[in-house]
Amino acid sequence: MRLGLALLAALASLGAAPKPEPVALEALLAEAPAPRLSDYRLFADAAGRRPNGGVTPYALNTPLFTDYAEKFRYLYLPPGAKARYRADGVFDFPVGAALVKTFAYPADLRRPDQQVRYLETRLLVRKADGWVALAYVWNAEQTEAVLKRAGARFEVAFTDGQGAQRRIDYAVPNQNQCKECHQLDRTLQPVGPKARNLNGDFAYATGPENQLAHWTRQGLLAGAPPPGRAPRTVRWDDPAEPLEARARAYLDANCAHCHQPRAIASNSGLFLNVEETRPSHLGVGKGPVAAGRGSGGLSVGIAPGRPDASILAFRMASNEPGVMMPELGRSLVHDEGVRLIREWIAAMPAS
Amino acid sequence: MTRFAIALLAATALAGAAGAKTLTVTPGPDAQERIQTALLDAKPGDVVELAAGRYDLTDGLSLDVDDVVVKGAGPDKTVLSFKGQKGAGEGLLVTSDRVTLRDFAVEDTKGDGLKSKGSDQISFINVRVEWTGGPKETNGAYGVYPVSSSNVLVDRTLVRGASDAGIYVGQSKNIVVKRSRAEFNVAGIEIENSMNADVFDNVVTRNTGGILVFDLPNLPVMGGHSHRVFRNQVVDNDTPNFAPKGNIVAGVPVGAGIMVMANRDVHVFENRIDGNQTAAVMLVSYTQKFDDKAYNPLPRDIVVRDNQLGRNAWDPQFSGGQVIKAMLGGKVPPIMWDGVTTHAQSPGVAKVRISDGPVLNLNLPAPGQVEAAKPAITPTVGDVHVAEPKAVVLPKTQADLGA
Repeated sequence: MRLGLALLAALASLGAAPKPEPVALEALLAEAPAPRLSDYRLFADAAGRRPNGGVTPYALNTPLFTDYAEKFRYLYLPPGAKARYRADGVFDFPVGAALVKTFAYPADLRRPDQQVRYLETRLLVRKADGWVALAYVWNAEQTEAVLKRAGARFEVAFTDGQGAQRRIDYAVPNQNQCKECHQLDRTLQPVGPKARNLNGDFAYATGPENQLAHWTRQGLLAGAPPPGRAPRTVRWDDPAEPLEARARAYLDANCAHCHQPRAIASNSGLFLNVEETRPSHLGVGKGPVAAGRGSGGLSVGIAPGRPDASILAFRMASNEPGVMMPELGRSLVHDEGVRLIREWIAAMPAS
Repeated sequence: MTRFAIALLAATALAGAAGAKTLTVTPGPDAQERIQTALLDAKPGDVVELAAGRYDLTDGLSLDVDDVVVKGAGPDKTVLSFKGQKGAGEGLLVTSDRVTLRDFAVEDTKGDGLKSKGSDQISFINVRVEWTGGPKETNGAYGVYPVSSSNVLVDRTLVRGASDAGIYVGQSKNIVVKRSRAEFNVAGIEIENSMNADVFDNVVTRNTGGILVFDLPNLPVMGGHSHRVFRNQVVDNDTPNFAPKGNIVAGVPVGAGIMVMANRDVHVFENRIDGNQTAAVMLVSYTQKFDDKAYNPLPRDIVVRDNQLGRNAWDPQFSGGQVIKAMLGGKVPPIMWDGVTTHAQSPGVAKVRISDGPVLNLNLPAPGQVEAAKPAITPTVGDVHVAEPKAVVLPKTQADLGA
């Protein structure tokens, strides 16, 4: 809803502007990445606040935690092209598709629409021979974002939801690090846009609507069943949902891009994707394999009923490189996420 | 950015094969971005050359391009220091094929030192990985760490201070670890859940345990077998175990020279093993609980022969070791086998041939049941023939690196 309001405000101001050139599909498909984000014309304004025509905002039911950053996600498809629905895994996107994600911090998380600083905009572009990941870093004036392939760090200060001052050393991933989280069977893949994680309402300028239904109605998605018959991941922070479902949704979004049989942490034997059902592979009674000091002196991933004895909770509650998990994408502890996983472990019957 | 691009272009010179370039990086400000950019810009056939000097890095580096050599000016000249590391688990992660890392050092990473995941033909030559503060629980786990890889060459490396294993090869196949030195680690060299490793001509000293050949349950690659551990110096492994609890090596007793756990077809021969207080060679079963129906917890078809044994096993530190020492009147043989020969998940009867001795056979009825031990000492154990695994052959271009 928040995003919807911001979008409405943005749309209102659109009326005054001349009609922008369409998205530069040829730039998206060019062999070399464009040096500036604006070269793609994904946005109608230099500040990247207003999506261009054919660029659709979306949200995930349960997203990855990234140091409390706000994320603005968009899908671009070439004119007339559709994504193909899949019940499992990410949709089959056509060549020329772009997934766009801007990471931003409001000065005060309690006033998310004010003084929003954009840090970076990441693109996943579907080329003929596969996906490519790119990161564009915004300048201090917020007028231009330039390509950074080797990563970057900068200080960000904000006030958190409880009114406390936070200061973080924000890390833009290098191009290989993008791939570490985004690889499946050694090829680069999107992580978020799966049926189950998109199956929820979004506050469009025209009013709230289920995203699968909206994408279908807009001609962006082919083959989707009615939302009620599609799988759905719960919102991790919706107290009305069962604890088990919330915890598994959280682990799937925050861990399973690496911790699943086809991704980079496969050698750990710890699989946290929603499809996994074997307790030992979820960490129950499972000793660490290559954790080193990440074990925290504990013997098993999950000790049912005992979060303090569970490596899973220990590593989530750390912000020390070499100990913390995930190892990329955060420098702060996600207190609310840790609380959820601890509750989940505590509620498991001790055997 | 532009300035940097020009500098890189200037540093780029045609060398060797048609089109192959050398991308040279020098120490100085922005080393993080400059090295990482070179690792991203490299094309197959290229060399990324790290000039002599110290590089202060804040994040892990990674390489995902096939057929690249990353080369320094020598393990004491080109030093990548991760003392100020703020993110990512390891120093350098390689995820591509036919990559050679050589002639540089990695120091003080927060996690592992040099890692490859899913690489074919990965070579670590004349590199040093070290935690400079000495053995500490807060050091990273592994120094040289190829995992889920095939055709692995580790040659003339030096690893010091790893809180797990100095050289650790996991879930890999076709492996050569030679002419390397591992000291002041918890485990010197560890081959885990892997197939066909030749470990030879290494010096493994002042670790907690010297050379470990292990297999663990519930992992994607399991059923380790066919290894040869020979002509190594396994000497004075006397550093108290400093592994964080929970890790499998935290259970390795100090002064375990060569330890084989839950593996098949492992041949240990012609090593010099001296000054290891627990045992020269230990053959043991996996003793923890597991629910993996495909896992075999016993060591079987193991050969121990022609090793040169010095003074070992004078004060065994494995669980129950002191009781057994007392039962034996204070003198413990250098070779120890837990003597477990049958298990519901192990077909037939496990056989070993130990021609070095004397041998202590604990005759345990099941893995880990030390309280039910019926220790027996014999000059040797077993006379079964177990064919020696064939020498590991690496692809020629890779083998030539280690010539």
